[in-house]
Amino acid sequence: MTMTDTNPSGMKVSDEIAIEIRNMNKWYGQFHVLRDIDLTVRQGERIVVCGPSGSGKSTLIRCINALEEHQQGSIVVDGVPLSSDIKNIDRIRSEVGMCFQHFNLFPHLTILENCTLAPIWVRKVPKREAEETAMYFLEKVKIPDQARKYPGQLSGGQQQRVAIARSLCMRPRIMLFDEPTSALDPEMIKEVLDTMIQLAEEGMTMICVTHEMGFARQVANRVIFMDAGQIVEQNEPEAFFKNPQNERTKLFLSQILGH
Amino acid sequence: MSDTHEETIAFVRESEIPAAPPPERQAGAIRWVRDNLFSTWFNAIVTLVALYVIWWLLSGLIPWIVNGTWEGSSVLECREILQGETGGCFSVLRERWSQLLFGFQYPPSLHWRPTLAFALLFVAVPPALFFKLPRWMLVFTAVYPFLAYWLIWGGTIITPVFAAIGLVVGYLVFVRVEKRSFMLGLFAALVAATVVWWFGGVIADEFSRVARLRPVASRAMGGFMLNMILGIVCVSLSLPLGILLALGRQSRLPVVKGFCVIFIEFIRGVPLITLLFVANVILAFFLPPGTNFDLILRVIIMITLFASAYIAEVIRGGLAALPKGQYEAGDSLGLNYAQSMRLIILPQALKISIPGIVNVAVGLFKDTTLVSVISMYDLVGIIRGSILASTAWSGIYWELWVAACAMFFVVCYGISQYSQWLERQLRTDHR
Repeated sequence: MTMTDTNPSGMKVSDEIAIEIRNMNKWYGQFHVLRDIDLTVRQGERIVVCGPSGSGKSTLIRCINALEEHQQGSIVVDGVPLSSDIKNIDRIRSEVGMCFQHFNLFPHLTILENCTLAPIWVRKVPKREAEETAMYFLEKVKIPDQARKYPGQLSGGQQQRVAIARSLCMRPRIMLFDEPTSALDPEMIKEVLDTMIQLAEEGMTMICVTHEMGFARQVANRVIFMDAGQIVEQNEPEAFFKNPQNERTKLFLSQILGH
Repeated sequence: MSDTHEETIAFVRESEIPAAPPPERQAGAIRWVRDNLFSTWFNAIVTLVALYVIWWLLSGLIPWIVNGTWEGSSVLECREILQGETGGCFSVLRERWSQLLFGFQYPPSLHWRPTLAFALLFVAVPPALFFKLPRWMLVFTAVYPFLAYWLIWGGTIITPVFAAIGLVVGYLVFVRVEKRSFMLGLFAALVAATVVWWFGGVIADEFSRVARLRPVASRAMGGFMLNMILGIVCVSLSLPLGILLALGRQSRLPVVKGFCVIFIEFIRGVPLITLLFVANVILAFFLPPGTNFDLILRVIIMITLFASAYIAEVIRGGLAALPKGQYEAGDSLGLNYAQSMRLIILPQALKISIPGIVNVAVGLFKDTTLVSVISMYDLVGIIRGSILASTAWSGIYWELWVAACAMFFVVCYGISQYSQWLERQLRTDHR
């Protein structure tokens, strides 16, 4: 498989390795969810992970910030090995931002408080400064005027953009997206994708589990197809969509692109 | 398909329908009565029966209250004044009011002290209940328990002052050492606090005349004051303990989890009254002779343990009701366990648990009357054991028990109203 250092839109990828996963295996009880995963992500790379449901794609990215525990193999994030050492885990989590399918905003806090909570308590940033940062990122996701509202008062798309801003407030080096648009109405998908595209253009290292193939075409350096807990195929988006090699990939693509 | 339908199937709206107010409710009292009370013949019958029952109750109650007398110093004098008419003998409340409030052993000349403590309660509690009050007022809330102890029990002020200093020192030591190890911090804090307390005990003995109020023994506490002391202390102690037990029950550490499960299940499986007997008799039996382990303290410990087990289960329900995503969001932002519990999980879980917690708190407050069984003269104890047993007032059941009910009701209804207000305040989900 060939790797290029630039993707069609000309965004830069450095040689620095952001995430290195070697021979990673995970089981839920007897069930082998992730099998021999090998994946190297370089700083500035944008990776889209797709595959049928139950293929282990969410589990894979949840292993990267230790929301799930892996049983075998190694994961190194930004030079820090992911072990059971709680210090390393907390360090990695504060460097890796994550957006969830169901946003997971804190409903008892205002939008602004959602965004300042972690910087204030984890990074020990003064409140004033944290609020300025939060407003900066809320402006970036285009909802500064909602800062004093509660998550329950916002639409799904707005909530997801707040979730992105909340992660960005920690100034992460890597962003993980776990099906960020799957729970959204069609009208709202675009506003979230636009935010993610903007983020990609600024050179954020991203791993996105998504079925938005248009997004994959536009920003991904690499598309990874997973099935039954394995990485079945990975390629540049152009080649991946035009010329899939594996039978399962072909079937999957024909199903999701065929309507 | 009909022609008309075909004609209407293509439709383009050309003007917006303006938003209009909903139709006005057809108001009027007669209309309301007809709609709500006499809408069907069955409802009409129910209404009439209910009206009769209300009339019947009031026709008994109102003369009893209105004709009631506040004069006389015994049940016989009362009957003389009433001369066979229906009427309450409320004179017992007037004559024994101080006993109902403070018990019969608390020196009457010192009644101002618990009264003052009670009045100060209304300064100390609001900052903890209403978060819109300025935060500095919490300083008095923190000082209050020690002040109230000094006022009610008397003695030198050095004792409560050192009790407070011991807690502060223990906390400071804990914060320092906790960074190294949680258990070590806990242990060091306990040692430091104990040293301060022991030192304070020595000093208090030495200077027992400094700022001294006449001491009152725990045995002398009684009346509604005793119920209030037990209720307030036990509720405020059992809430934090219950939170710890609920979190402990969720712990991944088998020892912590096992301890919490066994504790909760044991306490819930045992009647409170047996625990009170244990506090009264058996604890004293195990302690070395001559140790002064206060009876009220023993009772407080037992009721607190009992209530905390229930509160723990209520909070566990709240914790279980939170979506897993809240835990994950906290984790993914790099918050550690204590932070994500304090800032994310508990505020939400406690909010969900408010009705349950209040339920336990109200129940606990009313259960403090059980101490009358271990011969403590709380409100119920004083009525049964002292007033009704006296020759002057034997047989005055209604007046006394109605008064006791009213006193408990005022407090419990207040708690209930507060909790409903709190729930409205904390509602942010806009469902």
